Parts: sequence; C-alpha cells; structure tokens
Amino acid sequence: MLILILKRVLISIPLLFVVSVLVFVLQSFIPGDAAQQIAGPQASPEMVEKLREALGLNLPVWEQYARWLGEVLHGSLGTSLLNGQPVIDALNQRLPTTLSLVIGSTVIATIVGVVLGVISSRGKGAAARFIDVLSIAGLAVPGFWLALLLITVFSVQLGIFPATGYVAFADSPSEWLRSLALPVAALSLTGVTAIAKQTREAMLDVQASDFIRNLRANGIPESAIVFRHALRSSAVRIVTISGLLFIGALGGSVVIEQVFGLPGLGTLAVSATTSKDLPMIQGIAVYFTLIVIVVNLATDIAYGWINPKVRTS
Amino acid sequence: MTSSPTPAPDSTTWIATQPRNRRRRGPLARFIRKPLGVAAAVLLLLGVVASFAPSLLTSIDPQAADFANVLSGPTAAHWLGTDSLGRDILSRIIYGTGPALLGVLIAVGVAALVAIPAGLAAAMFRPVDAVVTRLNDLVMSIPGIIVLLMVLALSGSMNWAMVAVGLLTAPGLVRVVRSSAATVTEEPYIAAARVFGVGKWKIAFRHVLPRIAGPILVNVSLIAANALVTAAGLNFLGLGLTPPTPSWGGLVADGAAVMNQQPWTLVPSGGVIAITVIAFVLLGDAIRDVTAEGWTAGRSKGASITRATTVPATSSDDAVIESADALLRVRDLSIAFPDADGSARSVVQSVSFDIGAGEAVGIVGESGCGKTITGLGVLGMLPGGARVVSGSIQLDGVELLELSPRERAAVRGKTIAFVSQEPMTALDPLFTVGYQISQAVRVHTGASRKRAAARTLELLEQVRIVDPKRVARSYPHEISGGMAQRVSIAIALAGAPRLLIADEPTTALDVTVQAEIVALLRTLQEETGLAVMLISHDLGVVSALCERAVVMYAGQAVERAPVGELMSTPLHPYSAGLLSANPHFATPGSRLQTIPGSVPPPDKWPVSCHFADRCALATEACRVGPIPLVAVAPGRASRCVRVDALQTEGVAR
Ligand code: SF4
Repeated sequence: MLILILKRVLISIPLLFVVSVLVFVLQSFIPGDAAQQIAGPQASPEMVEKLREALGLNLPVWEQYARWLGEVLHGSLGTSLLNGQPVIDALNQRLPTTLSLVIGSTVIATIVGVVLGVISSRGKGAAARFIDVLSIAGLAVPGFWLALLLITVFSVQLGIFPATGYVAFADSPSEWLRSLALPVAALSLTGVTAIAKQTREAMLDVQASDFIRNLRANGIPESAIVFRHALRSSAVRIVTISGLLFIGALGGSVVIEQVFGLPGLGTLAVSATTSKDLPMIQGIAVYFTLIVIVVNLATDIAYGWINPKVRTS
Repeated sequence: MTSSPTPAPDSTTWIATQPRNRRRRGPLARFIRKPLGVAAAVLLLLGVVASFAPSLLTSIDPQAADFANVLSGPTAAHWLGTDSLGRDILSRIIYGTGPALLGVLIAVGVAALVAIPAGLAAAMFRPVDAVVTRLNDLVMSIPGIIVLLMVLALSGSMNWAMVAVGLLTAPGLVRVVRSSAATVTEEPYIAAARVFGVGKWKIAFRHVLPRIAGPILVNVSLIAANALVTAAGLNFLGLGLTPPTPSWGGLVADGAAVMNQQPWTLVPSGGVIAITVIAFVLLGDAIRDVTAEGWTAGRSKGASITRATTVPATSSDDAVIESADALLRVRDLSIAFPDADGSARSVVQSVSFDIGAGEAVGIVGESGCGKTITGLGVLGMLPGGARVVSGSIQLDGVELLELSPRERAAVRGKTIAFVSQEPMTALDPLFTVGYQISQAVRVHTGASRKRAAARTLELLEQVRIVDPKRVARSYPHEISGGMAQRVSIAIALAGAPRLLIADEPTTALDVTVQAEIVALLRTLQEETGLAVMLISHDLGVVSALCERAVVMYAGQAVERAPVGELMSTPLHPYSAGLLSANPHFATPGSRLQTIPGSVPPPDKWPVSCHFADRCALATEACRVGPIPLVAVAPGRASRCVRVDALQTEGVAR
C-alpha cells in the first residue's frame, strides 16, 4: 500500500511539469501582455517596453520558464505582475474558500446520491425511472443557472441565505455555513444525480453476485446484506465517481464563485486570465493540478481502505 | 454461427452470419417508434434551421431595442418577453442557436476524431494501449477550466475554446471505445475475420465500430450536453461571445443582472439550455436503442409472467414416495420463468422427492436440467421473475409455499442452509472470514460479539480447519479454494440447520480437495444429524455421500432410486448414460461413452420424452405423449416406456 502511494506521488511529478510547460507555451501565444495592461492604453511604447524588461517579459519563453522553475525550486511561485503580491500568498488566501466549496459539494453529493441510489436500487420500475429522470435533469440544469434560481428563491424572496459573499470559518462557523449553503447546493446537483445513478447500478450488479445470494440463502437479514455487504462492495465505484466529481466541481467552482462573489481561486483565475497575469495563472494551474493529484491519491487510499486485496498487495 | 465449417472467402460473409434474426424493421422505422427520440430529433432540427436561417423563425432583430417594453414578461409582441434594453428574448435565443450548436459540433467532432481511432487502436494493438492509457490519465488530470480560460484569453474565440473542450473530454470517450471494442474483438466472428487475414484497421472500422456505435453515441451525446453547458458557462462569465452578440449563456447573465426586478428573464434563457441538453441525451439514448435492437434479439428485461400459464401436461408424480416422516417433502413442484412475451416457460416440471431427517439425497443431472432452480425454489429464492406455478414444498409438515416472504427468510440459515459451487466467489471479499462466520452466528443465535467469536472458532474446528485463529483473521483471497469451501460450510452451520442444500459443492475444486469436502460433509452428517440435498452432475460424488438419488433431465425427474441400485442397474437410459460417461464407473478397458448431444433449452422441450433425441433406445412410442414417472421396483421410479428393455438387456455401455 505504501509503495502504491509512493508510486503515485512519483508519477505526479512529471504531471506537474507537463502542466506548467503547457501553461507557459499557451500563454506565450496570447497576444498582448501584462506590461501593456499595467501601463494602460495611454502609455508610450517606450514605457511599456521598460516595464516589460523590468518584469522579464522580453525574454524568450524558455528562459522565462527556466526563471520560473528556479523560483519554484526555492519554494516560491513568483509575484503577481499586477500588484507585486507573492503568488503563494494570494493563492493560500483564497484556497480555503475554494476547498470549502468543492469539498462541501462533493461530500453532499456523495451522501445524498448514495441515499437516493440505494433507495432506488431497492425499488422497482418507478424508482428506477425517477433516477433516470433525475440524472438527465442533473445534466440539463447548468450549475450557474441553478445558482441564480436558488438566489432568487432563498435570498431574494425568503431571505434565508446571503446571496453573495463569504465568511471565513475562523470568523464565524455558522455564518461560514450560511455563506456556503447555496453555492454548495448549486454545485452539487450534477454530482447527486451522477452518484445516485452509479450507486444504483453498482448495487444492482452486486446483488447479482454469488456471495450476496449465499448471504441471503443463509438467513443474513436484508438490512445487513444491503448496508453492510452490497453497499461496501459498491463503494469502490462510488469512490471513483466521487473523485471525478471533485475534479469536476473544481472546474465548476470557477463559475459558481463568480455568481456568488466568493473570493476563491476561481474568481482569481478569471481575473488573472483577463489581465494576463502570467505568474498568477501559472500558480493557479499548479494548485489545481496539485489538488487533482491529492484527490487521486485520496481515491487510491480509499480503495485500499475498502478492499483488503489492494491493501495487502 | 461459429460452427460453419467452410472458411468464408471474405469477411463480409462472416458479418452476414451474425444473429440478425430479429431485425424485422429498418433502423429508421424502429427510430420512428420512439416518441421521445423523435421529439428530440425534431427539436434539434429546429435548432439547425435557427442556426442557418434564423430570420425564418423570427422577424424581430435581436439587437432592436424596444424601450417602451423593457423587461416585459411574455406578451403577444414578445412571446418570451424582453430584456433590460427591451430586446426580444425569443429572437436573441434564436440568433444565439447557431453559435451554441456550432460550438457543440466542434467539441463533439474533435472528441470523436481523436477518441475513436485512439480507442480502437488501444483495443486492437497492445503496445498502443499503454501509451493511450497513460495519455488519457494525463489529460484527465489537467485542470481543464484553466486551459479553457487561457485559450479564450489567447484567441478570444469561442470556437478554439470548443476545440479545447473536445480534447479535454476525449479521454472519457477513449475509455468507452476501448472497453467496448475490447469486448467485441473477442467475439468469434471477429476472431474469424482475423484468422482469414482481414487487415486490423479494416476490421476495426468495418466490423468493430458499427457494433459499438451504441455506447459511443451515448457518450457523444453526453459530450455534446457537457459542451453546451460549458460554452454557456463561459459566455455567462462574459468570455468568448461578448455582448451585444446574443448567446445563451449571455442571456442568463443578462437575466441575472435584472433578476430582482424581472425573474422571468431567467426562465427562457436557462430553459433553452436545459431543453437542448435533454434533447441530446434522449436522441443519444434512442439511437443507441435502435442500434442495439439491430444486433440483439429483443429480450425484455425484468419481464414477469402475465399470460395464462400452460405448463405442459406431464402426469403428476404418482410413483411410490419413500419415507413417511420426511423432513423435506417436495411434491409436483413446477417452476416457470417469464418469457419475453409474458407467457410462462416452465423449467421444472412436476418434480417430487423426499428427504428424511439426517438423510443425504442427491439431485443428479447435467447443467441445464433444473437442479439448481429446484434447490433455489426450496430456499424460496428463485431468480429473475421465476416462480413456482404449482406443487408443494413441506418442511416438517409446514407448507413453505404458503409462508410470507419474511417467514420464508426466517427458515433460511436456521432450518435450511446453503452452500454454493464456487467457493472463491461465495464469500464477501471485503470482510474477514471470521467476521462473516460470526455475523451468521449472531444473526441466528443472538449471541454477543464475544460469544460469537468463540463459536466462530468452534465452527472452524468443526469443518476441520487446522489453524482456526489465523484463518478467522484472513480475507477470502488469502485462503485456498478448499478452505474457502470449508468456511462456506461453517457459515451454513452457524444456525444449526437441519437441512443443507449443497449446490455442486465440489465441482470447482481439484480432485483430492473434492474427496476431503465430501468426507467432511459425511462426517458432519453423522455428527450432527444434518440432512443433505446434494445437487451435482457427478454421480461419483453423489454415490460417495448419498443414500438415494433423483436423476433430473430437462426439467423432469426421470429416475428415483437408492444410489446403490441406481449404480448397478440404472432404469432410465439417461441415468445409464450418466453412469457410462463417468470416469469412476466406466468398465475398465472400455472407452468412456459420453451421451451424444446436449440438454435442449427449455423452449425446445417436447411434450413427450425430453430425452428422446439423445436416447439410443428411442422408439415411436417415446414420441407420442407425456411419459409418466412410474414405480418400477420397490423404492424405484423411472420415466421411460422401455424400462423392460433396460431391465432385460441393459443399455449398451
Ligand atoms: S421413453 Fe423412450 S426415448 Fe425416453 S428415455 Fe425411454 S426409451 Fe429413451
């Protein structure tokens, strides 16, 4: 198991490398640069050029990359071209918001999805159709649109939850919860339906297996068969989907953060791209990739926890 | 289709020999019978019209501001209302259709162009597989949204962003193509085409691709749905298509800005996205169903018996019943499965037998004869819509068929226990052996955790496991097949049952272990007074354990006899055949004689003797009507009109 984790970590290093190169190469194609943006439209070409030199933007791409890599090796991700803030600080400041949102929605989606999936796997025709309809709805309703709908109903009309803004957990746990409720709900719908469908299918597959038949034939009560044995066997598939959902939610968080005005990595990503703040974009890409790597690792560990065969090999 | 002896001159011949028997209608005709799919297709066609000629659908200019009617709800002039500048929302939706569908087309096209060849190559060429899988994992770990944002900043063009969406969603499609193609390539006719030297790419595109069109289309429809929503999200953020160009995502953003004054504006903009996504999904499903129907005979899943059942009239079993005080008494048990058309297809016909307390009775026959179904019927666990259509199952004088499902469940494990064929899949791989045994102990005896743990070790000793403590801590994959079968038996014994139904308990094991398990069952039977219903195809195993046997063929009991007499003088040609086909009993020196042919499937069972087509003694008399099971000797019954011939001549062995 330890070896497995180590292997995973080793594989992820080239991945980070590839992503960072990709960002640099893509970025170098973008017409215009941050110097122009900072100097403003009135600035003389000489001024822009000077700024460019100061920021190191006049160097060839590979050299810019080498410089960046050098900084990374010193534990820094550079400074924002726009305001000189160390990128790491900006990212760390915003990371908790994004993580709260994404983890929250994955957890909610998994719990609700599993409950719905188990219920529908026990039912006949109608329950199955309900899940099918729900999963189409999960695809069809865009998260940002659902977000607006939730704001209209729960903030504007009922006034239960705030429409925008984020309160840090450290400041007030209850306000933190309230500020996240709607964003998490908006971000979890697709996940709920995906998990429900997978859970249902996994449960039905397991139900057909020999050992479930034997448990039933030897008088083990249905509740133990469903919740202990079948659900645990289905957990491998559920965990896989949860991991994918987490990564999907990371992408979805960009739009959702924008709708709810949450100061997370997503809003930062949008503003950094529009202002061509290369170090910032680079940093966000690295963080996102790191999160993906951690999630994949967590998924692997979960497999091991569920399945003794993985654990012992 | 695989038994064609003449090599096909070209691969198309092989294609033609696939099962296509149910292909009654053309694909279009089948599609038209799917109302949801048709509705989706019509809607998307409308979208295509809107893309190429929006002015055909609306006369209102999407940019025309009607300041007198700002933020109106639906009116006669503006069917879907107006936005904050008084622009017609319907018109803006129609003009936004082109870019939306073009984006989807680009994403789907790119994904398909990349993923289908890559997936096929991965399925058919081993070295490619590793590379493709690696690349796939890599792309899946790239933060897609960052790439999209950068591509948009870079090009400012929605179309390039959609190319990126296509590339980023390709890995999912690669997986689908690869796994379904891998399944298809194992089918015999593909293998045959290979043998005849048809080029791999030709096989891939001409033979494999059409077969996996279903899963591909479903995945493509999901990619389309995803692309549409992603594009709308980007436009909503004000990226790509920027105002005042009408776009669906932009419409939602416009609505968001004014949702406090006029929430209605959110409805049409979000609605059109949702409806289009639904159309993609439904169209994908419908086309998948149509292609699937083209390839497989339409077998209705989850069917139940709806039509009046007409079980073939076999004479009721009036032959001598052995014991008066039977523990299990099965009478005229008939079991049927639902057919595709709702009628009943009988798989067990009027089977009767008794099992006395502490007695071991074998149910013998080849697979497909209804032995296992009979066992499951006794347990009250018939699979897939099968049900008992007539007969009686009495346990200790109590009619099981009259009990509620809950009451029948209470019988399982406590009075009747079960051991299955494949020990390696019989245990839950995720729990330790000890946990699984003690779970059964606690369920049946209500013992505490500690007591159950102690009892678990006792049970493991009882099934002659040498190191019970260690085995109890092991997971199923850590123990051998023979040991797993002992553990299964220990679980079955946890509730101190009086009858053990053992379904081919030794078949999956190698010979020495087989003998050990049989010996174990025998000891348990002697030690605990356990009755055993042994289901087996192997007369050798049956003779080693059982006093009496019921021979089943094609759903019927064809002979019932004490095992010793059955072995020495079989009174049914099928029993005789089984005997001479068994290596244990073949006359030394002579060759093993297998019974020619195989057990016919239930829909081919005649009303007359089921065995007639394989029987060396068959005559005209065998094919006229149902053959009754009659007493032929004390304690013996046979379902054969030529018992006399058998008794006098014996069957040529
Ligand atoms: S009834 Fe006729 S066909 Fe059937 S087993 Fe007897 S001899 Fe053979």
